[in-house]
Amino acid sequence: MLPDTPGKPTPVTGATLDERIANAKKQLDAHFVETVRWHFNPETGTPFWLEKAKTFDFNPLTDVKSFDDIKRFPIFEDEWLRGGPVRKWVPKAYANRGVYVFETGGTTGLPKSRIVIDDFKIDYEMMSDTLPDQYFPRGSNWLMLGPSGPRRLRLAIEHLAQYRGGICFSLDLDPRWVVKCIKDRKIAEANAYKEHCIDQALTILAGGHEIKCMFTTPKLLAALDEALRNGKLEDKYRSLGKAIPSGGLRSIKATGITGIFSGGTEFTPQFTREAYEEMLDNGEVYMTPTYGNTLMGLACSKPIGPEDGFKITYYAPQPRAVAQVVNPKNYDEIVPYGGTGRVLLTTLTKEFFVPRFPERDEGEREPPYEKYPWDGVSGVRPFSEIAGSTVVGVY
Amino acid sequence: MIRIPALRFGKPYTSLDKATLIHHATGEPVAEVSQVTGSQIARDVGTCARARKDLAAIPIKDILAIYKKAADYFLNGTLPCGDAELTFADYVRNLSATTGSPMVFCDRNARKVHYVLANIEEVIGGLTRGLDVEALDRGYTLKNGRMQAFYPTTDVFGAVLPSNSPGVHSLWVPTLAFKIPLLLKPGREEPWTPYRVIQAFLMAGMPAHVMAFLPADHAGASDILRLCGRSMAFGDDRTMAPYKNDHRVEIHGTGYSKIILGEDEADNWEKHIDLFVEAIAANGGRACVNASAIWTPRHGDKIAKAIAERFAKMKPRAWDDPACEISGFAKPEVAEAINKLIDESLKTPGAVDVTDAVRGTPRLVKEGRVAYLLPTVVRCETPEHPLANKEFLFPYASVIECPQADVLKRIGYTLAASVITNDAGFIAEAMACPTIERLNIGALPTNRLTWDQPHEGNLFTHLYKQRALQLADGHTAHV
Repeated sequence: MLPDTPGKPTPVTGATLDERIANAKKQLDAHFVETVRWHFNPETGTPFWLEKAKTFDFNPLTDVKSFDDIKRFPIFEDEWLRGGPVRKWVPKAYANRGVYVFETGGTTGLPKSRIVIDDFKIDYEMMSDTLPDQYFPRGSNWLMLGPSGPRRLRLAIEHLAQYRGGICFSLDLDPRWVVKCIKDRKIAEANAYKEHCIDQALTILAGGHEIKCMFTTPKLLAALDEALRNGKLEDKYRSLGKAIPSGGLRSIKATGITGIFSGGTEFTPQFTREAYEEMLDNGEVYMTPTYGNTLMGLACSKPIGPEDGFKITYYAPQPRAVAQVVNPKNYDEIVPYGGTGRVLLTTLTKEFFVPRFPERDEGEREPPYEKYPWDGVSGVRPFSEIAGSTVVGVY
Repeated sequence: MIRIPALRFGKPYTSLDKATLIHHATGEPVAEVSQVTGSQIARDVGTCARARKDLAAIPIKDILAIYKKAADYFLNGTLPCGDAELTFADYVRNLSATTGSPMVFCDRNARKVHYVLANIEEVIGGLTRGLDVEALDRGYTLKNGRMQAFYPTTDVFGAVLPSNSPGVHSLWVPTLAFKIPLLLKPGREEPWTPYRVIQAFLMAGMPAHVMAFLPADHAGASDILRLCGRSMAFGDDRTMAPYKNDHRVEIHGTGYSKIILGEDEADNWEKHIDLFVEAIAANGGRACVNASAIWTPRHGDKIAKAIAERFAKMKPRAWDDPACEISGFAKPEVAEAINKLIDESLKTPGAVDVTDAVRGTPRLVKEGRVAYLLPTVVRCETPEHPLANKEFLFPYASVIECPQADVLKRIGYTLAASVITNDAGFIAEAMACPTIERLNIGALPTNRLTWDQPHEGNLFTHLYKQRALQLADGHTAHV
């Protein structure tokens, strides 16, 4: 087990939900003010924001009193993240730290780049605290069946496994290639690549590494399930001269995997239900959907299941990130509970400040609940005004 | 509103994601159809090896009897449709409501499906070229002392079906008689016919686990074509391009069907006008066997004008009017796009919309929620004009003058060609023409089909391959 990375926020306390909601708001207000002062302080601040502040009609160091003041900041444009120099995003206080750069997009043109020092570790350690040990046993090994390359997920899952005392196996998977194939309508090539990825996963599973936990995307989960049902892991065992365990290896449960952390692309209740009922032996293998991206971090979901129609509700890792559901015509207006709006993300860490970034998604605003006493978002799906104009979230 | 589940080889499945179908004219919701995902399709296809064995074990005479009964239920029965029960008239009404195809066309096409069910032996005879049906039980037959043996090429036949042409359902109906399980992905707006045929089969005694009704999105359709050992799919050239060289997929795409007048018949064009109009406009002009071009050595202007005069009399009528001759577009934006494409193409010199002048009103008509495209004939000066070799979802044809000596070299792919001539030499050339799939010699419209000859692909040769088989004395075999 690894020790906690410094910077994890204190859990919100309170005897009642109302008290917890109030405390969470206080925590967010304080954290917001502290983060803004950090990024706009000439000693510690971020070169990009120090330059941008010259165009503001307010002083971030003195005029920001609570999270409501987020509206004073301009809507974050993701174009700002395309192209360098990437150092403009590194806070002066961290100039001598080792810096990672994670990318998103980039099938054509410049990808968006985000610098990271420890944020991914903190985010995934917070996420780890939500995982039930029964299904994600401490010390067990992981399979990272997801994108490799310059992505946050690749390192983050490895850190999650290590944080929980395990070792993570991963594969080569380039989603940009798959997006190119799909854009060029090379469906057979895209399918062949998917099979290549699944074959790598099967090789790892056949290797006797006692893997019990897995990260994967919805599409790759379905592809792995299909391969297992078609006896591909049994074939792999045979090709390696290994005996097939009694009971076979034709389901995810049969491989020994007990917990799945899934995300990376759109997660629908329909898919969740299918996974629960038809791939994961009616929930015997635990799956938790997540919503996140390179810019924000990781939003966890309320536990899913048949009792609430497999509804998926995400809660951002406040106070380090905030997800608001807003009127797409007026980002200052938060929609009522149950109302539909565009997801507006804010990232508030000492490494990275992203105020009010309009995500490519829409959803319904959800009320706070015990575990996450702040607003959530359900029914996340591609924003209807841009859906269909782009190939998103292949793997 | 009717709630229609998916049928996953015997198991009804109500999904969380559903497609809502609305009435093309009123906008009222008519049905809510459960959807399945590609991975569910993959899981279900995995059950088909056993289903095929179970189906193979049923004697063909019993299966043919089931078809006969199913034919009766299909036409005369009140059959379940999700949480409703529908008579044939109800079914036709719903079919018309969601597709925009007039009731009179829907009724006519549904009766084609009934015909195939009721006359399955004739249809099988046509597809197998007279093979003894018992070969389907034994896997072989001895005809005149000659061994003919076959083996199935797949455990399941997938059909990715369209919404705009209910007549196509007659093509997949014989599948179960060939003892191959059937997976149907209905067109979004046309769940009615596949569901009703399955219900008729169930009521007639067909095992439920050999049939599936799996509504899905485009990705699901791709998964069906990827996973089924044999399949058929309907779509335009662009949609079908990835499968062009996939022998497992029988493509039913754009037909580019044509009428070709020989030198000897060109001067007799007036007596063929009825035939031209029928070939272009019958059944709403949407089928791949509807003619989309008339090639003639001369009199192009007169032919175009005469057809235009007939077309000008065709008016939009309500979807339930028995005199309906043209289909409405349930999605008006589709009609608008087609209309715009034609208008843009007419800006290229060398083509005239002859109907425009004769009719004197616009081609595009909007009435309430529905759009119509009125039948159109375009006179093209050359075969190279962008409108010369086009096919649209409404009665449309170009008229092109071309010398007989050149015509067969220039027509390009032609699903159905009617070559009107008595010239033995020209007939011989047409018989040898490799770009014509279905050939009619003489005054026959392109759309007139015979059930004993499939016009596009052959289901039997798609589902079975011939093999050499020897049986030592005293041995028999069965599938």
